[in-house]
Amino acid sequence: MSTKKDPKSLTESERRQRDADRRKKVAVSQHGPKVLTLSLKEPDVFAAQQLNRASLDHCVKCTICETACPVLAVTPLFSGPKYVGPQAERFRHGESVDHSLDYCSSCGLCTLACPQGVNIAELNSMARAVMKADHMPIRDFLIGETVLMGKVMTPIAPIANAALANKPIRIAMEKIIGVHRDAPMPTAQSQSFVSWAKHHKRPAGPAPRGPVVFFHGCAGGYFEVQTSIHTVEVLEYLGFEVIVPTQGCCGLAQQSNGLFTQARKTVTKLCRQLRAAGQDLTIVSSSGSCAGMLKHEAHEIMGVDDPALIDVSTRTRETSEFLMELEDAGTLPHSFQRIDMTVPYHAPCQLKDQGMGMPAIRLLELIPGLKVVESGEGCCGIAGTYGLKKEKYDVAQAVGQVLFDMVIDTNPELAVCDTETCRWQISKSTGVPTVHPVSLIHRAYGLGD
Amino acid sequence: MRTYDCDVVVVGGGSTGAGVVRDVAMRGYSTILVDRADLGQGTTGRYHGLLHSGGRYVVSDPHSATECAEENTIVTRIHADAVETTGGLFVSVPEDDLAFSDDFLAGCQKTGVRVTEISVADALKREPRVNPKIQRAFLVEDGTVDGWQMVWGAARSAQEHGAKILTYTAVVGIEKQGDAVTAVRCIDRRSGEDVTISCRFVINAAGAWSHHIAELAGCHDVEVVPGRGIMIAMNHRLVNTVINRCTYPADGDILVPVHTVAIIGTTDVRADDPDELPIPHNEVQQMLDCGEVLIPGFRQARALHAWSGARPLVKDARVSAQDTRHMSRGMSILDHQARDGVSGILTIAGGKLTTYRLMAKNIVDRMCEQLGEERDCRTADEAVPNSTPGKNYVVTHRLHDREADRRDDQIICECELMSRSMLVKAMHADPMASMDDLRRHLRLGMGPCQGGFCSLRATGIGCAEGIFDADTGNARLKEFLSHRWIGLWPILYGDQVRETALDEWIFQGLLDIDHLPEEKVVFEPVPLNAGAQAAQADAKPETTEVSR
Repeated sequence: MSTKKDPKSLTESERRQRDADRRKKVAVSQHGPKVLTLSLKEPDVFAAQQLNRASLDHCVKCTICETACPVLAVTPLFSGPKYVGPQAERFRHGESVDHSLDYCSSCGLCTLACPQGVNIAELNSMARAVMKADHMPIRDFLIGETVLMGKVMTPIAPIANAALANKPIRIAMEKIIGVHRDAPMPTAQSQSFVSWAKHHKRPAGPAPRGPVVFFHGCAGGYFEVQTSIHTVEVLEYLGFEVIVPTQGCCGLAQQSNGLFTQARKTVTKLCRQLRAAGQDLTIVSSSGSCAGMLKHEAHEIMGVDDPALIDVSTRTRETSEFLMELEDAGTLPHSFQRIDMTVPYHAPCQLKDQGMGMPAIRLLELIPGLKVVESGEGCCGIAGTYGLKKEKYDVAQAVGQVLFDMVIDTNPELAVCDTETCRWQISKSTGVPTVHPVSLIHRAYGLGD
Repeated sequence: MRTYDCDVVVVGGGSTGAGVVRDVAMRGYSTILVDRADLGQGTTGRYHGLLHSGGRYVVSDPHSATECAEENTIVTRIHADAVETTGGLFVSVPEDDLAFSDDFLAGCQKTGVRVTEISVADALKREPRVNPKIQRAFLVEDGTVDGWQMVWGAARSAQEHGAKILTYTAVVGIEKQGDAVTAVRCIDRRSGEDVTISCRFVINAAGAWSHHIAELAGCHDVEVVPGRGIMIAMNHRLVNTVINRCTYPADGDILVPVHTVAIIGTTDVRADDPDELPIPHNEVQQMLDCGEVLIPGFRQARALHAWSGARPLVKDARVSAQDTRHMSRGMSILDHQARDGVSGILTIAGGKLTTYRLMAKNIVDRMCEQLGEERDCRTADEAVPNSTPGKNYVVTHRLHDREADRRDDQIICECELMSRSMLVKAMHADPMASMDDLRRHLRLGMGPCQGGFCSLRATGIGCAEGIFDADTGNARLKEFLSHRWIGLWPILYGDQVRETALDEWIFQGLLDIDHLPEEKVVFEPVPLNAGAQAAQADAKPETTEVSR
């Protein structure tokens, strides 16, 4: 929108006005895009389904999940995790009747907050898959095709980026496929990570720490190429040999859009590819949410029991997590250059869900002079692909607003966040460049350009 | 004192009585039904919710099996809103004798019970939580039925045909001229008023209490043996199909998905007094063991509530008086003219909820015969009000309704998705209704929290709506919670302990509920005479008192 002011220059009263305007928007029902019926036969997700369904028995109605839900806090369109999860599940059998459950962003903070052990978000995800089996919008089908997007956009990067910045094209996109005109979009790169890796010269000499496998993910392969390069260079600097096997998508976008059949195939294939790179090797990933898909979501939400997944999931580490394991073992060199700066750091919901705390904060604070301020917010709103959708965009913006303001107030020049879509959301909504923690480590080790 | 005049008085507002009053009214008689408590508060509201396909009885009681099969179709049609067509499975677990399954299949064919044998794999696909070691599986047309919904449907239908329904009206005497019954004397337990109903005929459908009513008419030694059985509702539907063990009828052989819960039942023990039905610990454990046989991991699932009901079995000279399991499940009509020389009264007992309509038809036929009139039964022909044949109950219905109104209508009972407008409407419809009466209509307090959250809200709303004042509200709340406790304490283990602890902290710690001001008004006591026990209004463990 041309009249939209730079979010960094808003006064306090303008911020209040903006929030009030948005509250009106998210209080009225909005219709989703045209629904196409695709005949998707749900696979047998029995194990996960029973595990999750059985967990509803633990609910004591305490409502703690509802206080943790970022969506419920900003809109009455969503009935909240307790309602949609353990309560509604008792009434589910046969036809899906509660389509408003799709307002759940799958951020998973409810499951994280539940003191009784109810798999609330997982219940919602399963119910959504059943619902979408009959009512799958073509958009939700398309935005799960992340590899396709990267493959199409990379060779024509300047054109693709210009198109995504072009307002009439975005309006047409919103009308036809239901992706909101103001939603953050990835920036296509003229060189993919794989193409960089092909020409990349490894440091001479042996790698004293031996091999690790790098899982870059779709975004890290096509859009966030810089983050992937930084990760590889940091790992090589530390003395690892970095193996980059041919790899596909983890299927997270398909899973969160209820396309379980496709997602199960996708994730299983990826696990076989990662496994082929070498037995017992640690798999490092700077795609926080994709790592979460391998670590727990594929199994817990979709009941994938493939031995390849079980094997790969236990070997997967998010980059900051991996580096902190080295630190805790006393083998991470502290040869950091000073960076005198205060940065806002946001731990994405899908990182929090992995139950590993926030290793990035401890890691970054090893850098002399660097002060990290944790956002204290649950979710930035995007939740993978949720905030892209026409009917969810305003909700997602409202969810992230406190975070956006905090980022701008903390450092209008740089923010830090571990997952790609969250970085796109934060930088689009604040104008603040946002990087993965590994990029600061890369800089502090003096590996920068 | 109030007086009424009608052709037929029906005593008892359970399924049988409701079926009889509907049948009588549809045949054009003027009729009044009286019950000492609410409709469906006795055995009808205390069973496992199974609408039999007949499969359960094909070997042990073929005649009942055929009746069930026929009535199942009719009840499913005329009470569509009360019946869910879940289907049923008879499964042979490893412990079961496979020879019985052959007898079962042959029995189904002989009795007309529709059955299809399906592969074990197909059975497990349909119901994945069932014991994977089952050896055979048979699909039958079992359904589930909400006993209250069915009784109200029949009662509403009767009212449309001119009948009057008087609840909380206890029979205290039956008047005769010579040997013919002429009137029924009652007491309105809510107002204390005497009520006399002159009539030509009395049909005694008081179930486990029917011998007391017979006694009031001077018909002695009617032996109705209450066969007590316990049932346990589990927190969610572990299965969506009725699961039966393919064995000769035994304890704990049925798991029934009804509404949002799955009910395991039942036991069968002779009870001395249908108003005193314990829920013994050993029987609870027995049911959980039986559940484990059908559904591995059953004991890890959350039990919600337990209750006890009394089958009104008529004493059978062929079996021991203690062996209620093997007394006939068939219906018995006692012809007091032949038996006691008293005309104008018939007693019906026994039978099953599934065949309630047929029982009513049979006894009303007999009445017509005695009155020397020929009027045909029409109860199978038309559906009860608010029920559309073919549109059966589905478990998703409240979720569907709330999806439409969730943003405009506050949800008061979160567990059972009861909205504020549903509650307010019911409270205004019967301002005297106890919280238990509201519960039966709305499922208030029947979900996982067992009233922990919703009962407080409902009490506040009752005050805000001017239905009752605070002291009365407090009394109704406490009464409700004390009744919920009866079914909670026997199953306090696992997840339900946590819920109960939280509820107790709220009630005791936050609200100091034991010391809330309240005003108690006890029901008018019923005179103690020969039939007093029948009218002993104190339906334990249900309502003993209601405040105003």
